[in-house]
Amino acid sequence: MSAQVPQLEARDFSAVSPKKPWKLSPREVAVNASTIVIALILSPIIVQITPLKGKLGLVLTFILVATVGNIVLSFLRQGVQAIGNSIASTFIFLAAGLVLLPVASIFFTVIMRGYHALRINTFTQDMSVAQSDGPFTEGGALHAILGTLMLVLIASLISVPIGILTALYLTEVKGRAEGLIRFLVQAMSGVPSIVAGLFIYSVLIVGAGGHYSGFAGGLSLSILMLPTVARTAEEVLKLIPRDLREAGVALGGTQWRTVVMVVVPAARSGIVTAIILGVARVAGETAPLLLTILGSTATHLNPMDAPTSALPLYTFNLLRTGLNVAIDRAWTGALVLMILVLILFVLARLASGRKK
Amino acid sequence: MSDVMEFEGNQDNISTKTYLEEAVSQQEISSLASVVSHHSTPSSQPLGTGLEARGVHAWFGKHHALADVNLDFPAGTVTALIGPSGCGKSTFLRTLNRMHEFIPGAAMAGEVLLDGKDIYEPGTDVTKIRLKVGMVFQKPNPFPSMTIAENVLAGLKLAQLKAVNKDDLLEECLHRAGLWNEVKDRLKAHGGSLSGGQQQRLCIARALAVKPEVLLMDEPCSALDPGSTLKVEETVRQLIESVIVVIVTHNMQQAARVSDYTGFFLSDGGPGQLIETAPTSEIFSRPKDPRTEAYVTGRFG
Ligand SMILES: Nc1ncnc2c1ncn2[C@@H]1O[C@H](COP(=O)(O)OP(=O)(O)O)[C@@H](O)[C@H]1O
Ligand SMILES: [Mg+2]
Repeated sequence: MSAQVPQLEARDFSAVSPKKPWKLSPREVAVNASTIVIALILSPIIVQITPLKGKLGLVLTFILVATVGNIVLSFLRQGVQAIGNSIASTFIFLAAGLVLLPVASIFFTVIMRGYHALRINTFTQDMSVAQSDGPFTEGGALHAILGTLMLVLIASLISVPIGILTALYLTEVKGRAEGLIRFLVQAMSGVPSIVAGLFIYSVLIVGAGGHYSGFAGGLSLSILMLPTVARTAEEVLKLIPRDLREAGVALGGTQWRTVVMVVVPAARSGIVTAIILGVARVAGETAPLLLTILGSTATHLNPMDAPTSALPLYTFNLLRTGLNVAIDRAWTGALVLMILVLILFVLARLASGRKK
Repeated sequence: MSDVMEFEGNQDNISTKTYLEEAVSQQEISSLASVVSHHSTPSSQPLGTGLEARGVHAWFGKHHALADVNLDFPAGTVTALIGPSGCGKSTFLRTLNRMHEFIPGAAMAGEVLLDGKDIYEPGTDVTKIRLKVGMVFQKPNPFPSMTIAENVLAGLKLAQLKAVNKDDLLEECLHRAGLWNEVKDRLKAHGGSLSGGQQQRLCIARALAVKPEVLLMDEPCSALDPGSTLKVEETVRQLIESVIVVIVTHNMQQAARVSDYTGFFLSDGGPGQLIETAPTSEIFSRPKDPRTEAYVTGRFG
């Protein structure tokens, strides 16, 4: 085919340069910015001469003045029709800003308060000999880091396979219990985390005479993780077109092989998202761990036999001491937990990348 | 839909004369007939092997979608199925490789004989049937997680077959689908990186890799540009040596170009029925049924 495509004669297009006529001109940008500047100047003045007080009053006045300025500007430019659009876009920007604010504030606070006590030994030592109010160069969160990794691993080993299989039951098998299962999974996602902890505590530790252990903690976390994984995976699998399933079956594959070879790989990145959301759900849980792993200052790598620690519990226990140095260590624990979760997410995304 | 004529009671009212009175249609028919003439229809039908539909009905729940279709697909032939949309062509096609039962609430009656054996006989291995009766869908649907090469060979893995030499098979199938020259340097690229027409030929190569006896194609060119359409048609003509092809199409020229036999389906709102089946040249030059003639000359549909 390509050999038959007719040739075009050579023409010189170098005189034309690419432009972006849809972009705002520098003058328009300047005018837009001036409303912000005016709002910045006006709002302190208004706060001064009216009974409004404090930072909150300042922020609210600023938002109000900027919004009004924007509306007036768009009215002058494009007339009455533009007002609705302008109000909507202003509020959308404000809402996005309001969402970003607490997130940024949390990150900022945790980093600012957490880095004091951050040392190399945070990652290499546990608290088995160090005092929690001792110098930062002694002791660390190693036991809690390993404990959190162990708990997340145990919870994932249980919840990921069961969650994905549940999702497959709902989307592929569509068996008789479909409605019931979907209802139960939904109900399960509403279980308060302390109840999950209590359940494992009463069944495994009191009822079956087991120990406080990493395994018990992982089990309680898996109860919380399962519905998140199952529901997200179900939503993702529902997006895979029926065509692909039919193509697999039409090639002589059984339904199971089609699911494994075609449907699940097609949904791979979404399923990784489901796992990430599941891990995010449980990595910071504290309440169920109080009742299942109890806490410890030493490193325990055997998940079956003894109380162990985890970063959220480490943070909680140090905060409870009320000692300044220990509280600094607690913030460091929170910071390390944030970093750890971030690393897990990046690793998961890399593993699900398109390239093999 | 209103100008689709009923075909049970009213048949006598529609006189053949009405249609012959329209001079334009005669011209159209002869122009189509001349397209057909470049390949001759097989004079004698091969016996023994092939696919046969015997009194096939299909339902979706209570909705009777297809009634009493009897149609032979002899070895070494291409059969085109034509008719207005909603008349049950896809439904019929899907009864031929047991994909119909994939739809919840679906039911069927009748027999579909492949090499003389009913594919609906209790105890039949469905996956073996679908292996022998392959399918190409309306929308190209390469597996998104696989490379071009993996796509072609996907059927082997899905059906757990062993290939003697995978590289040879890969090249052979891509050649037969008319795609080899375009993709031979990027077999490791993803199937989704091809153009629509190339993707559809990739799907044909994928269907051929498991060596089917029959290939069902449901409007395979409806999403393709004219160039890709011609390539797919070329491919279909080359397939007849080894594969029975059944192709649904809304394009009369395409039916005329690729098929040896043509079946015309029609529904008046009730179940779709097979109105007429004949060698393609006859359907387009001297259709026996006035409704067929009205359809192929473009007066409804
Ligand atoms: N999945 C389905 N569920 C219910 N009814 C269907 C389904 N697919 C097709 N039908 C009905 O069956 C009839 C025939 O459809 P179809 O075989 O797709 O027609 P065609 O392929 O000739 O356009 C139509 O009336 C359609 O509404
Ligand atoms: Mg159809």
